[in-house]
Amino acid sequence: MNKRFFVVLSVLVIASMALAACGGGGGGASSTLKIVSSLPMTGSSLTQTQTIVNAMQLRLEQVESKACGGKYTIEYEAWDDASAALGQWDPAIETENANKAAADASIIAYLGTFNSGAAKLSIPILNQAGPLTMISPANTNPGLTKADKDLPGVTDSYYPTGSRSYSRVVAADDIQGKVAANFVKSLGATTVYILDDQQLYGKGVADVFEATAAEIGLTVVGHEGIDPKAADYKALMTKISTSNDGGAPDAIYVGMVVDSNASQLLKDKVAIMGDNETVKFVGPDGIQTQAFIDGAGADVAAGVYASVAGVPFSELPAAGKKFVTDYEAKYGPLTEPYSVYGYETMSVALRAIEDVCAAGGDPTDRAAINSAVFAIKNFDGALGTWSFDANGDTSLTDMSFYQVQGGAYVAVGTFK
Amino acid sequence: METARKKFNWRRFAIATLVLYIVFLIGPIVGLDIPVVYAAIKANPLQLVQFLIIGISNGAIVAIIALGYTMVYGIIELINFAHGDVYMIGVFTSLTVLSVTGTLESKDPVKITLGLILALVIAIVFCAILNAAIERLAYRRLRNAPRLAPLISAIGMSFIIENIGLMWAAQAWLVPSFGTTGGASQKVFPDMLGILFASLGWNINLLASSGLALRLTIKDLLVIVLAVVLMTGLYLFVQRTRLGKAMRATAQNRDAAKMLGIDIDRVITATFLIGGGLAGAAGLMAGLYNNTAWWFMGFRAGLQSFTAAVLGGIGNITGGMLGGFLIGLLASFSDGYLNARWTNALVFATLVLILLFRPTGLLGEQTGQKA
Repeated sequence: MNKRFFVVLSVLVIASMALAACGGGGGGASSTLKIVSSLPMTGSSLTQTQTIVNAMQLRLEQVESKACGGKYTIEYEAWDDASAALGQWDPAIETENANKAAADASIIAYLGTFNSGAAKLSIPILNQAGPLTMISPANTNPGLTKADKDLPGVTDSYYPTGSRSYSRVVAADDIQGKVAANFVKSLGATTVYILDDQQLYGKGVADVFEATAAEIGLTVVGHEGIDPKAADYKALMTKISTSNDGGAPDAIYVGMVVDSNASQLLKDKVAIMGDNETVKFVGPDGIQTQAFIDGAGADVAAGVYASVAGVPFSELPAAGKKFVTDYEAKYGPLTEPYSVYGYETMSVALRAIEDVCAAGGDPTDRAAINSAVFAIKNFDGALGTWSFDANGDTSLTDMSFYQVQGGAYVAVGTFK
Repeated sequence: METARKKFNWRRFAIATLVLYIVFLIGPIVGLDIPVVYAAIKANPLQLVQFLIIGISNGAIVAIIALGYTMVYGIIELINFAHGDVYMIGVFTSLTVLSVTGTLESKDPVKITLGLILALVIAIVFCAILNAAIERLAYRRLRNAPRLAPLISAIGMSFIIENIGLMWAAQAWLVPSFGTTGGASQKVFPDMLGILFASLGWNINLLASSGLALRLTIKDLLVIVLAVVLMTGLYLFVQRTRLGKAMRATAQNRDAAKMLGIDIDRVITATFLIGGGLAGAAGLMAGLYNNTAWWFMGFRAGLQSFTAAVLGGIGNITGGMLGGFLIGLLASFSDGYLNARWTNALVFATLVLILLFRPTGLLGEQTGQKA
């Protein structure tokens, strides 16, 4: 029994070593550089992720998939990290994607993820694979890059090699949650009920909101996690409707993504507590998508507010406006705010490749690409001019708010 | 006395102690703070009734889907994992019927009523045929195969139907309100009952004129009434008709029933037809009640209904209904008085507890030799 166990174990160890050797050895001299993205493309988030993938492809087409003066051809693959079984990002698939990318030596950049919870799984895998640089267009959980004083060592544990290999072009939720709390207060609300979907992203932004609310004198009536797959939330909404001394709170803040049944939550809220003027409904970027409005119905969703890091398309710099024009010419009308972030991540990856080449380095060297990403300063991109700090966070901190009007999100203000 | 002492059931005693331990020590973490819950009920006793209404309505939908699980299990001892997804197809079928007949845009009460009745009939017929087709295609050939084979086949069917739902939800030419955001996102199932009542000038809340702070909407009432009618009908069918008797005989012993001249294939097809029809009806009810059509909704509904069937005693029709209502009420009270994040844990903890004391479920019969 024991002997057999060790025999099997050693066979497995040898097999895995052989596999790793193959993965490391193959494709070293190739003149093809591969970039992959890992985003949830099965489920409601597809509305957002499809535009991100389109934008990445668009960026690549603009350089005709060539880098370093035509020396290298760039291949791009859009991987799905969601499963039909979960209807949203699947931990097993995200881990598999990261391992697959780590093992393929021709891959030099991993663009993703969409969900912060997914990033938590793939960062450590990619960190030990070169490191293979990872650039996210959408992760906003602060803990991925910035150490939380309440959770010592957690952020460091994502980076087993000790060096950073993860960056993001979007501002984190320590900014989003804070701005959202101030925004809710500016709407005239004094009491708020907080709901989250119990995921790293949703709970993260809701917790920052709660902490900020306490500081600025906004009363938090309650904070609960919901079951993101429940058939309805009528009982929960009935409870909330009398939670504020027998009445309803002024506002409800939801920390969640659209996949977490956000449309159903809104429908039941409106059925029990009335429209979004009576009791305001405010959420983060996870619900700032047309899919959320379509799921709830234009009349039910009317008046909902959502925040997004960055500025509305109309306030983007010239490069950003050009992106929107080019995108619409190729793929049709664009309303999803994350598309431009997808475009920017691809720009960052391309810039890193060019920088490595310009310095006489080898762009197939993952570590060199990663260092080049972190060296990016005063990058003149579609989002404006910005830099990465040592943690891999962007220097842009603008937040804009959108409101549902006439069945679509309309920008109503920007916080600098 | 001596014998009585010997019969003292230590196993049961240990379990009971464990349960008390969980309730009083771990309970408060979950928000089960009895004085707080008591104070909440005392402060607003009407809300208890409100949670009861919500719980019964949700439970009614779960119960009807649970019947499909329990009937199929009773006859061929198969957990038809695709059943929840048949229900999802019921939602899409009825929504499509409402759209194609122009009912969604109509403000005419007669037209809306007729449209709803037509949607109900077509959803029932379509889902009945779909369910029977699944049996014919995926289960019949495996009837004498090892038990795991049809189970895996059922999971496969579930994925296939989910993907059909995913594609269906992208067909905006069928239902314009599906929009252009693709099949993956949730879709609106318009509030036809609200529109119907508005067109008649009635308040959707039937208790609005009573002055009580209670909501008993026409949606709640319709779901409950329809569920009771369907369940009573099914019960009478199984108890009183010839085919019902054949179904019960097949459930008791398939080989003996065969020897007595019962056409097993016909009985099984009938079971799948009825189960599918019920799922179709539940689809329309859930669509009208929750106003959502989503390709993924069958998964959770299936899980809850399967739990309800096990809770009530799988194979037992009355038990399935009881289990459904119990789950609806538990979820509603947990959302209302405890913390919503623990609702699922509470439902499944209750299942575990009941199975500890009654391994065959609340109304289950001894099926040891089958399992």
